[in-house]
Amino acid sequence: MFEGASNFAKGVDGAFLFILAISFFFLIGLSAVMIWFMIRYNRKKHPKAEQIKDNMKLEVAWTIIPFLIVMLMFYYGYVVFKPMRIVPKDAMEVNVTGMMWSWKFEYANGKITNELVLPVGKAVKLNLFSPDVIHSLYIPAFRIKEDLVPGKENYMWFIPNIEGSYEILCAEYCGLRHSFMEAKTRIVTDEEFQKWLAEPTPIAEEDKGLAILQNNACISCHSLDGSKLVGPTFKGLFGTERTVIEAGKERIVVADSAYIKRAILEPDKEIVKGYNPGMMRAYDKVITADDIKSIIAYFESQSKLPK
Amino acid sequence: MTSNNSALHPGSYLDQQGKYKGILGWLTSTDHKRIGILYLMCILVFFLVGVTLGGVMKLELLRPGEQYIDAQTYNGFFTVHGVIMIFMVVIPGLAAVFGNFFLPIMIGAKDVAFPRLNLFSWYIYLVGSGIAVLSQFGGNGAPDTGWTFYAPYSIDSNTNVTTAVLAAFVLGFSSILTGLNFIVTIHRMRAKGMTWFKMPLFPWSLYATAWIQVLATPIVGITLLMVIAERTFRIGFFDPSLGGDPILYQHLFWIYSHPAVYIMILPAMGVVTEIIPTFCQRKVFGYQAIVLSSLAIAGVGYLVWGHHMFTSGMSDFSRMAFSFLTFVVAIPSAIKVFNWIATMYKGSIRINTTFLYTLSFVFQFMIGGLTGLTLGSLATNIHVHDTYYVVAHFHYIVFGGMGFAFFAAIHYWFPKMFGRMYNEKLGKIGWAIVFSGFTLLYFPMFVLGLQGMPRRYFDYLPEYSVGHFISSIGGFVLIFGIIIMVFNLIRSARKGELAPANPWDGKTLEWTIASPPPLENFDNDVVVTEHPYDYK
Repeated sequence: MFEGASNFAKGVDGAFLFILAISFFFLIGLSAVMIWFMIRYNRKKHPKAEQIKDNMKLEVAWTIIPFLIVMLMFYYGYVVFKPMRIVPKDAMEVNVTGMMWSWKFEYANGKITNELVLPVGKAVKLNLFSPDVIHSLYIPAFRIKEDLVPGKENYMWFIPNIEGSYEILCAEYCGLRHSFMEAKTRIVTDEEFQKWLAEPTPIAEEDKGLAILQNNACISCHSLDGSKLVGPTFKGLFGTERTVIEAGKERIVVADSAYIKRAILEPDKEIVKGYNPGMMRAYDKVITADDIKSIIAYFESQSKLPK
Repeated sequence: MTSNNSALHPGSYLDQQGKYKGILGWLTSTDHKRIGILYLMCILVFFLVGVTLGGVMKLELLRPGEQYIDAQTYNGFFTVHGVIMIFMVVIPGLAAVFGNFFLPIMIGAKDVAFPRLNLFSWYIYLVGSGIAVLSQFGGNGAPDTGWTFYAPYSIDSNTNVTTAVLAAFVLGFSSILTGLNFIVTIHRMRAKGMTWFKMPLFPWSLYATAWIQVLATPIVGITLLMVIAERTFRIGFFDPSLGGDPILYQHLFWIYSHPAVYIMILPAMGVVTEIIPTFCQRKVFGYQAIVLSSLAIAGVGYLVWGHHMFTSGMSDFSRMAFSFLTFVVAIPSAIKVFNWIATMYKGSIRINTTFLYTLSFVFQFMIGGLTGLTLGSLATNIHVHDTYYVVAHFHYIVFGGMGFAFFAAIHYWFPKMFGRMYNEKLGKIGWAIVFSGFTLLYFPMFVLGLQGMPRRYFDYLPEYSVGHFISSIGGFVLIFGIIIMVFNLIRSARKGELAPANPWDGKTLEWTIASPPPLENFDNDVVVTEHPYDYK
């Protein structure tokens, strides 16, 4: 747990303490009374019950008093929550895309990353988008959470207060690799941030290829390190032979440029043996021909590395 | 009235009735008591299946990383665990088992208003459950959407979502028909002299429940049909890529599924309100307040569904309004707790297994209810929404509340239903293990949630290891306790001491007839003159 890592953390924790303190008081008080009655009026000691008449005043009292207390809780919670929805005008905007199963952050100057880098002490507004199913952006240390709903615009804002690295988690169940949909937010000084922001996105063709694979969440299903996920791994892909099933028939193909292109544009046509069809969408209007070239360049560069 | 002390007295409902013997006699009987037992058997089986799935999940979560099952299997397990426990165990639960068995007896009737419809409801339940079991096999594997079936994931998933949704749809009809049956029974079949405010409180809670069943279930029925239509014919209700609205699904789903929580908990409150006066030998404190709070819960409980959607992007005004209403619905629950505890005051309290389960219900219900306040408050909700804090809160209400009330009820009415006493010593040992296991299993989840552990995670970050480890150990302890409890009940049903007609000195009508009850409950027409809890 972090103390006041965002501008909302203290308010949320305060509201929590307020409600929990009252709750503990009632829980412990009522349980103690219950246990005391159990001992005091145990049948062994107290063989004959005394009949007590209903008490209207008591009923009214324990209706009104709890009502006033919960209204106070409601008001406290609302007052702390309200500013979470009112974004300051000077907030820096970052477009966030959550997709199965990774995060992508796009800054105003066009820089796209998988890590949310932010300057300390400055307000930031996150515009939330999802291309597939509902996700939820959750930064526990900042005490904030908001859903990314496909087809709808949603937003959240905050001011990070302490430099450091914090977990970003997906809080709305989104399928197979939901629990692996994580990213980091790195809070740095304004100077460092400006320097980082100005750094151009990688230019080498193969680096660009890797960035495209990351930005389209390809690596959520196709690992880079050889582990088996939903789809076959990218490790050692280029130039190797693999058994695929096309229209129910098995055959062997070489993973060359043409194959990789087909696998991106029509993924369900040739299925690598041992994997299921229907898991991957066709990327024909999403990844451009140029981008596919970069991806192939990346695979090719990997095959030249010493094994 | 008869007060036959022998369990094997002739004419009990357990003896042959109708023209068929054995199992066929049970499957064709319209006797409300036999139908109650049929539900009990089914629910026991499904409960143990749900427990097993939960146990495997706890085993997987014992340590971080992949242990015994893969992510897809895990996602299927929590979906199936939810579907079975919610739709097949907890929603029918107390109302179908004890409502069927005891509602007619407690209001002095010979059966429910529509006995054949009642048996038909059980068959619908069986068909729905069959479809639910079927959805686990064949096709593209078990559904993996969670029991909430959120769109658009439930539209896209290529697992057996349609079958599972169809099962929930069919089960809904069983619930609606049972509710309708109970409403008519309570209106038309109360014994002579039993005015509304002389009716015991368990029937009162069933009455409030039945109205929710009848009015809310059709909404989820239609919603689930829309999911099936969207998956089958690609009609765009909910999926934005087809022109639909995913938030609309959440509204429609929770308009039923929040009141469904009250379908679960109201009968539990009713059972506890029967047990406490009996074991304290005291007139229930605040009879009218308890009746009114049941009706208030049923009414206001209808209007709080939006608190499941505080982070969904719903309008800020809606968030405020639903938060306000959520705090209002806390009040009638609090009133009930105060009245239960006040009923113990100056009573003559008998502490046995039944009463220990009842007290644990009150304790756990308080924890569940009070943590609900932090979930209803907007600021704090944002942090713990969709985390283990919610999982803990929910299980404290549904398992610690409804589940423990079920355990209390089965012990309380066991002598009446089976004509034999359960073993008190083994019962207490079972209770102690169940209670400790429950606490170890679910309490650490509150802490995990506060630390930021999201729910429905197959794997977790190392900082959450300790909480998960303790919770898993608790799960195994709880399962051990449940085995002892079930063993004790099954053995006692066959070999226990014969039960007298009124072992606990209860005042309601079921204790005035033999154990087990005769076929038509009462030999003569019942005339009620006294209040249901008139202890002298």
